[in-house]
Amino acid sequence: MGILEVKDVGKRFGGLQALSDVNLSVKENSVHAIIGPNGAGKSTLLNCLVGKLIPDTGSVMFDGQSVLGRAPYEINQMGISRVFQTPEIFGDLTVLENMMIPCFAKRDGAFELNALSSVLRQKDILQKAEHMLEEMNMADKRHMHAAAMSRGDKRRLEIGMCLSQEPRLLLLDEPTAGMARADTNNTIDLLKQISDERDITIAIIEHDMHVVFSLANRITVLAQGTPLVEDDPQNIRGNPKVREAYLGESA
Amino acid sequence: MFGLNKKDTSLLIIVACLTMFAPFILNPFPTDSGLAQFNAGYPDLMQRFVIFGIFAIGFNILFGLTGYLSFGHAAFLGVGSYSAVWMFKLIGMNVIPAIVLSVIVAGLFALLIGFISLRRSGIYFSILTLAFAQMSFNLAYSVLTPITNGETGLQLTLEDPRILGVSATADGSIPVTNLFGLEMRSTFEMAVGPWAFQFNAGYYLCAFIMLAAFYLSIRIFRSPFGMMLRAVKSNQQRMNYTGLNTRPYTLAAFVISGMYAGLAGGLMASMDPLAGAERMQWTASGEVVLMTILGGAGTLIGPVLGAGFIKYFENIFSKINDNVLHSWFSFMPDGMEDAVVFLIHPFIGKGWHLTLGILFMLVVIFLPGGLVEGGQRIKGWLSGRKAKDDGKAAGETNPAE
Repeated sequence: MGILEVKDVGKRFGGLQALSDVNLSVKENSVHAIIGPNGAGKSTLLNCLVGKLIPDTGSVMFDGQSVLGRAPYEINQMGISRVFQTPEIFGDLTVLENMMIPCFAKRDGAFELNALSSVLRQKDILQKAEHMLEEMNMADKRHMHAAAMSRGDKRRLEIGMCLSQEPRLLLLDEPTAGMARADTNNTIDLLKQISDERDITIAIIEHDMHVVFSLANRITVLAQGTPLVEDDPQNIRGNPKVREAYLGESA
Repeated sequence: MFGLNKKDTSLLIIVACLTMFAPFILNPFPTDSGLAQFNAGYPDLMQRFVIFGIFAIGFNILFGLTGYLSFGHAAFLGVGSYSAVWMFKLIGMNVIPAIVLSVIVAGLFALLIGFISLRRSGIYFSILTLAFAQMSFNLAYSVLTPITNGETGLQLTLEDPRILGVSATADGSIPVTNLFGLEMRSTFEMAVGPWAFQFNAGYYLCAFIMLAAFYLSIRIFRSPFGMMLRAVKSNQQRMNYTGLNTRPYTLAAFVISGMYAGLAGGLMASMDPLAGAERMQWTASGEVVLMTILGGAGTLIGPVLGAGFIKYFENIFSKINDNVLHSWFSFMPDGMEDAVVFLIHPFIGKGWHLTLGILFMLVVIFLPGGLVEGGQRIKGWLSGRKAKDDGKAAGETNPAE
């Protein structure tokens, strides 16, 4: 029994069957990659996991509880954090403030009317945020406006924000899309370090095979909205079905 | 001090000094000099400065922090005024119950409107709030006449019960608003040489309440709640995927700013116990938006500056007429004098809106951060020049060594 169990999930947009009969089991503390050609339904599947979309059929269970019909913030409070394709951070706030917000969300829950105490009095939150910034090697940027940072730094910050919530499952949507080679390698190293040092499960949607094969210990190949194979990386590499899905019949 | 850092404390002290000494600061010209018409230190106008200051401070908590632009905040001001006048009619002429009730009623009203309007964001939210405010205005004007007295506006009469007070004073007139006996209209006049300074009880009540409101807004800005509101403005998507429910945050900000508006409305009625539907009209809602943007949305002091600026122009510029202009330019040859007066004429008197409009455009185009940004630029420019001078001086001395 995995930490995330997807059973018979189907989703239709008008005449397009985006997902059908998707079954997926993500084991605890693994790095599970979901790959597939463009239009395979990877992003739709991800959106079904975080509450942005509700599948037409099937069930999605996280740690024994259904996530269907819950709002994104409720699913996040259950322990699923999401990293977006283009980094979603609080651009108008400083890097330190960015890091404090998930700490507040972890401590106080989805809403807390804490309108009279000063932010600077929240020693535990400040300490945790500073600690996380150091871990992400961003302590020197703490008073910078988050929007002014490079793409790679924004990604690092976003991952740090997700980690400071101590999630049990980290979902990443093409975390290296549009990145330079050096930034991509940095991100790979960071994710490797995270999965080695922490008690965390990572599910990653990715296009870049270099990233997938350097990180994943389990891979699901999605094609035309349905899983083709689920296997270990070395078996996926040589699988003729996967080649066919990626390169077409003639190959 | 007061749980604020050094910078905020000094800001609060500056604002406190400005409001406490306003009767002096706003009356710089001797009473019988030609410039006396630029004096703003009379009770009626000073009260308006601080009351609209409160209104704008509250509006800024919603608009400045969350970025939700409400076009219907005058509705809460109007509701506050009506509640206060009803208290004067039913309970008595003490202003405390009136102000308390106006804040509570405006808060409840804001809860209702906010709950519905905040289902949408951006332009749709603005339109929803505008629709609600216009609806309230029209209701007050017609259907709700038994409560609001329609076109005439709600006024005190000699037949009002006033359970804890008297329906009429001994000499048969309507009693005046007071704070435990201190009449709001009582004014102490101090003559110093050619100057005359007026100290009005009502103004000082409003000023103290504005200081409290300003202090509260600083606390809100610096609190975790304030940080969450800025996060809402910055990225709602990230908020949702960080386990935070944005709806109660925006609703709380909306209700708080509605209560500020209700407080302003209650104070307005306490200074002059009548309430009319025109206070809820969309132009009144637009005015507070102008004040906040002109002063600097999202800054602490900006809305207060904006409110003072607009109210000053409204009252002082609108009073300048052609005769005044002729007296100013009388030193010129006749033809030229007429020409200059003709050119300036559209911008003064009833045309003061034109001046305000031009100033507003200039501020929005050249100083998107409002008057506060202007102040910061001047400060930066001065300190930058000073730093340069220091550098120059150091450069000159070095070779000599």
